[in-house]
This record gives sequence, structure tokens and C-alpha cells, in this order.
Amino acid sequence: MLTYLFRRVLWLIPVLFTVSLVTFVIMRNTPGSPWDVGSETKRALDPSTQKALEQYYGLNKPAWRQFVAYVAGDFDAKGKFVCGMICGNLGPSYRVRGRTVQNIIFAAPPPNKIGEKTSAWDSRFGYSARLGLLALTIAIVLGIPIGIITALNQNTFWDYVGLFLATAGISVPSFVMGIFMIIIFAVWLHLISVIPDNWKDPRVWILPAMVLGFNTMAFTARLTRSAMLEVLRQDYIRTARSKGLAERAVVLRHMLKNALIPVVTILGPALAGLVTGSFIIETMFSVPGMGREYVRSIFNRDYSMIMGTTVVYALLVALANLSVDFVYVLIDPRIRLEE
Amino acid sequence: MTETTQTSKIAQLDVFRPSRSLGAEAWSRLIKNKAAVLGMILISAFVLISIFANYLAPQDPLHINKGLRFLPPPWYKGQTNNVADSRFFLGTDSIGRDVFSRLIYGSRVSIVVGLIPTLIILVFGTTVGMISGYLGGRWDNLLMRLTDVIYAFPDLLFFIIVMVALRDSFLGQLMNGLFLLFAALAIVNWVGVARLVRGQVLSLKQKEFIEAARCIGVKDFRIMFRHLLPNSLGPLIVWTAFTVPGLIISEAILGYLGIGMRPATTLEGNYFITSWGSLLLDGQAAINSQPWILLAPSICIAIVVLSFTFLGDGLRDALDPRMRGTQ
Repeated sequence: MLTYLFRRVLWLIPVLFTVSLVTFVIMRNTPGSPWDVGSETKRALDPSTQKALEQYYGLNKPAWRQFVAYVAGDFDAKGKFVCGMICGNLGPSYRVRGRTVQNIIFAAPPPNKIGEKTSAWDSRFGYSARLGLLALTIAIVLGIPIGIITALNQNTFWDYVGLFLATAGISVPSFVMGIFMIIIFAVWLHLISVIPDNWKDPRVWILPAMVLGFNTMAFTARLTRSAMLEVLRQDYIRTARSKGLAERAVVLRHMLKNALIPVVTILGPALAGLVTGSFIIETMFSVPGMGREYVRSIFNRDYSMIMGTTVVYALLVALANLSVDFVYVLIDPRIRLEE
Repeated sequence: MTETTQTSKIAQLDVFRPSRSLGAEAWSRLIKNKAAVLGMILISAFVLISIFANYLAPQDPLHINKGLRFLPPPWYKGQTNNVADSRFFLGTDSIGRDVFSRLIYGSRVSIVVGLIPTLIILVFGTTVGMISGYLGGRWDNLLMRLTDVIYAFPDLLFFIIVMVALRDSFLGQLMNGLFLLFAALAIVNWVGVARLVRGQVLSLKQKEFIEAARCIGVKDFRIMFRHLLPNSLGPLIVWTAFTVPGLIISEAILGYLGIGMRPATTLEGNYFITSWGSLLLDGQAAINSQPWILLAPSICIAIVVLSFTFLGDGLRDALDPRMRGTQ
């Protein structure tokens, strides 16, 4: 089993390599250099500046060498070795002068006021992580009870209500849900502002996290319901009841414990969905996270930023899926991942 | 004499039911499902609207009405700065174009984005999945590794990168950028079908009827497309019903980010004028004062997506009655 998990971890390497290769090839074949399109000044750079910039970003080297430099590393002009992606170096940003991509994503921002302390939670990644974890918590805390209640009351009014909501929640995309929520709560009811300014206030987090977690919640509810219905008819449930166990114990100890196994399997893809789905929601609710930075880098044509963020996203998705494999083995003793 | 009367009596007792094909059986189950029928009706309505958009749209979707910017809808009772005009059912946008007509024309892109990549994906994915499942061995291994990598690539990120990078190239100009969109959607999604078909083929090829076909000397090609394919149609149909809305959503997201299709500026030679995704982008700019511009395409997307989900759920129950009520 350990070998299986080890193989899964090793599998990350070719995946990340391919993702960066594909992104690199597409980015390199983009017409126009990063400096002449969409720049604010629209002024053509003079040739010597252009040359210096190309030297700085390593664009004067052949394409294959640029890629090697990006992934593994290369010697700079002074002959010093600069490590690449494998050391966590994602290169300098094209737009934000003097800062590297990893610095923009992960580093704690400078404090707004004197004496204010900032931590990694206030970085772009920190905001996204907080939003994603909150959304996942909402999805689990609400989704599983809804699934249990609808399954225990199968074919009643509440079952149909829950099932309809879950179906709608799965199919209506989160950004459409976000638009509805913003129009209802911000434009009509004025309960929140369209662009919240103070992210220290926990209330402003509720709506984006709800919207982001809504699909996952609906999916969790539906899956819990179907897994519960399956468990409900098992012999061991009848045995538990016939030996006079309290209903609470039957539901929680016997049914739920078995019904949750398939639910855990979707948490990986769900987490991955929350990670990548976040950039629409972050843009919509103006959350200063990684997703909004990604969208901004698209419009700024900040190629190194786009590449770096894509690699980070791919790593997160792969890790999310991987973590579920580990959890899966831990919670279900019947599973032996040998092969 | 007595024999015939007996048979007719038995027939009257409805013991002999006329045999029905699997398709007819599934169809009769499907039309008993109210949600699925509603979904089918709504989808047909949207298809008809998109085909006849040029007759249904009350105004020219591209005509700029000078001085009539941001008009509210005539039915709107709230306070507004501008006076509504009864010609514009949903008001006008930032440069005075009729929102309702643009919405009607926008359905064309959504329908076509849902259909064309799906066709490409189905043909390509089925062929690859069938061959790799049936032949197995090295090709199968290669396919599985390839799908693993494509699965690891966050698909929305791939669409965004492709659309941004190749927007100004020759490919990005074809059909107002729709060609590039189709290609990007198809590249990411075909692996899902290939995996699905492969799994079906792997389980089916052990069955007796395939063995029997092989025994009487049926060629591989014929086994694949006459025996294996029809038997894996059920899951494929259900997959299609759930993928089409996914493609429509992807288009809307890209449009909302401003990197979807390019809205046309002239009606001449342009079948696709604008998309719901582009309308979302237009609406976002005026969310406070003119929320209906944003709300109208959102509701349309929600309805279409929900219709496909209802239809997909119904199809799954109809094609595989054992799954009924468990999902």
C-alpha cells in the first residue's frame, strides 16, 4: 500500500512537467511580446531597452533553454546558478517590477497601517485558502445533514424539496448563483456592499463562501442521500434495530459511518473545484485572492504570472486528489490499494 | 377452430404483449418523467428561438439608438433616471442597443457551443476509447497516461490560457473566435468520453455475445461498431446530456471574463451576433443601476442548464431502471 501511495506522489512530477510544458508552449506562441501589447503607454520601447529587458527575463535564449531555465534552472550572466520551478522559483513578474511570482502569490503584504501585523493568511494565496476552506466547511456542515434528513424521510415532502434544491444546486453554475446573490443582497436589499472594503469583518466572507460552496454542498447532499438509501436496506441495520439499539445510534454509528465513504471520495474533486472555481467568485466579489490576481494577470498579459499561477493551481488540484486517496485508505479498512 | 379462439382469448387477456425495442421501452419510461419532459420542452423552445432569432427579435440587435442609452424596461416600476420606451422590453445597454433582441440572438451561440464540440468529442472520444479498450496493450496504456495528464490540467485554466494566447492569431479570428472556443472545449473534454467508452468496452468484451460473434468470424471493426457501440450507447447518451450544459457554462464564464467570442458589429455575414457570456460582461458594468441586463442572461443560462440536468436525470433512469431513485 505504501508503494502505491509513493507511486501516486511520484506521478505528480510528470503531471506538473506536462502542465508547465503545455502552458509554456502556448505562451511562447502568443503573437506579440509582453511589452508591446496592451501596455498603458502604448509607446514603443527603444531597441536598447528592449534588449536589456529581454536579457533580464532570459528571452534572448532559445526556447528550449528558456523552458529548462524555468523548470530546473540556469546560469545567469554572472555565471551564478539560478534555480527554477523545482526550488519554488517561478520567475520575475512582467508587470509588477522587482517582484517574483511566488512573492506576489504567497508573501505577506506590507501592512496598511503602522503597527498592523500581516501574516501569510493575508497573502493572495491566504485569502483564497481561507475562502476555499470556509466554502468547504459550509458544504460539509450543511450538505451531509440535508442528505441524511432527506434519506430518512424518503418520498416525503421534505425529501422532494431537498432533492429539488440539490438538483438545482448542482446544475446552476456558481457564478450565476453569485450574480443572483449579489443582485438580491447588495443591489436590492443593500445588506452588503457590492465591493466590500474591509475583509477583517467576518460578515463579508459569508456570501462569497456560500456561493463558492453551494455546488459542493448540493453534490454532498445528493451523494449522502443516495449512500444512506443504499445502507438503509442492509441487513446489519435491521440487526441493529432488532437488538433494540436507539435510533440515534443506528443512524449515526451504523448508517452514517458506512454512508460517508463515497462522500469522502468526492471531497478531492470538490476541493479541486473550489480551488479553480474560486477565480470567478473572487473576481465577482472582489476578494483580493489568487484567483483575482490570475484574472488580472490575463488582462495585463503578465505571462510569467499566468504560467506561475497555472502551475500552482495544477499542483493544488493534484494534491487535493492525492489527499483523498490517503484519507480513503485510512477510513475504509476494506480498501487495499495494491494492484 | 377451438385453437384459434383460445389464442384470441389469450391475446385479449394481454398475455402476449407485442415485443418492444429497448429504445421504445426507454422512451415510454422517459415521457412518464415530468421533469424530463419539461426539460425537453424547454430545450426545444430554446433551439427554436435560436434558429428563428432573426424573425423573433423585435429590434436589430446591433442598431445603436442614439441618445437612448441605459433605458429601463417599460414594466419596471422603480425609480430611474431615464424614461422607458415600450419598444425595448428589457431596456437598452450602454450604447443604446436593445437588450432583449441581443438576448434572443445570444441563444444561438449557447446552443451551438453546446452542440458542435459535443459532436466532435463524441466521434473522436468514442473511436479512441473503443480502439484502446478493444485492442488493449500498449495503446491502451498510452491513452490512460494521456487522460491522466489532461485530467490534472484544470480545464477552465486551459480554456483561459488558450483563449488569451491565441485570440489575436489566425485561429482566434475564425468565426469571431468561436472556432478556437470549440477546439479548446473539445481538446479538454474528449478524454472523458474515451474513458467512459473504454470502460464499457472492457466489461462488454468478456460477454458471451461478443465471444459468439468472434466465433462465427465477425471482423473486429464490425464487432466494435455493430455490437460494442450500440451496447454502450446508454451511458454515452446520459454523458451527453450532462456535458452540453457544462460547455454552455464554460462559454458563459469565458464571456464573463471578456475572453469569449468577439461580438459582431454588423449583421451581414454574421450568424452569431453575441453570446450570453458577452451579455453578462456588458451587464456587470451596470450592476447597480441596471441589474436586469445582468439578470436576464443569468436566468436564461440557469434555465437551459437546469433543463439539461432534468433531461439527463430522466434519461439515466429511463435507460437504466435499476438506478432509479438512488441518485
